[in-house]
Amino acid sequence: MTGGLAYWLAFVVAAILALFAAIMVITRRNPIHAAVFLIVNFLAVAILYLLLSFQFIAIIQVLVYAGAIMMLVVFVIMLLSAEDEGKKKKIVIPTATAIGLLLVVILLVQLVAAVAVNSLPGVEGEYSVERLADMGDVKAIAELLFTKYLFPFEVASIILLVGIIGAVILSKKER
Amino acid sequence: MDVTPLYFLILSAFIFAIGAAGVVMRRNSIVIFMCIEMMLSAVNLTFVTAARFLNSLDGVLVVFFVMTVAAAEAAVGLAIFVLVFRGRKTIMADKINLLKW
Repeated sequence: MTGGLAYWLAFVVAAILALFAAIMVITRRNPIHAAVFLIVNFLAVAILYLLLSFQFIAIIQVLVYAGAIMMLVVFVIMLLSAEDEGKKKKIVIPTATAIGLLLVVILLVQLVAAVAVNSLPGVEGEYSVERLADMGDVKAIAELLFTKYLFPFEVASIILLVGIIGAVILSKKER
Repeated sequence: MDVTPLYFLILSAFIFAIGAAGVVMRRNSIVIFMCIEMMLSAVNLTFVTAARFLNSLDGVLVVFFVMTVAAAEAAVGLAIFVLVFRGRKTIMADKINLLKW
């Protein structure tokens, strides 16, 4: 599954695209540009999901993240007349930024060390690539969703309902 | 040349760290919010990688629920931004000090 030159190339391209888009998101001054690069990042991550042969999750990533959530974000940016940050003050508290960057580098070193030292601890499951390809991953996920994960599934629907009600109440004009 | 799970995990660690850098350094609330979404999706990539290389579907189901929560969070969070903007005429994180007195 994970061999072959084509697979390697696809992984490298998707990974570089994701990293490039992520860096663009945090360096662009204009929030709209950041939003567009974030969509590119989500699409690259969707390609990585495809490389891991979970087609269903890749499609959900494009639908929910790149589609629904980013549509909402772009809509709100347009609504709030995107103001440019840091136009007047070119240097935005350099010490605070430096300390923040230092903390982030420490976080990165910790994360990489953590994943590099331990090689995926955990219990082996029963859904191998061949079995998933045989029964279809949508069917396998749906089976788990309505048996083992039925309670979290219902809670998720309540969370969405509360989210809808909260958004409507928050953005309502005061009486 | 084999693509091992380590490459996927390190990639998602990098995306997560870049998102964290954005949260720490940017001042526009919406950009901070977008960086949080990016960190969520980086963690999702870790879950899916673990699910694939452990031959398990539990990670995929967790990703499913994370996406649900992210969608609800986006709706409520952006409504809060609209509300704050209506009252304060700005969404810069360093100018919103409603909780200070």
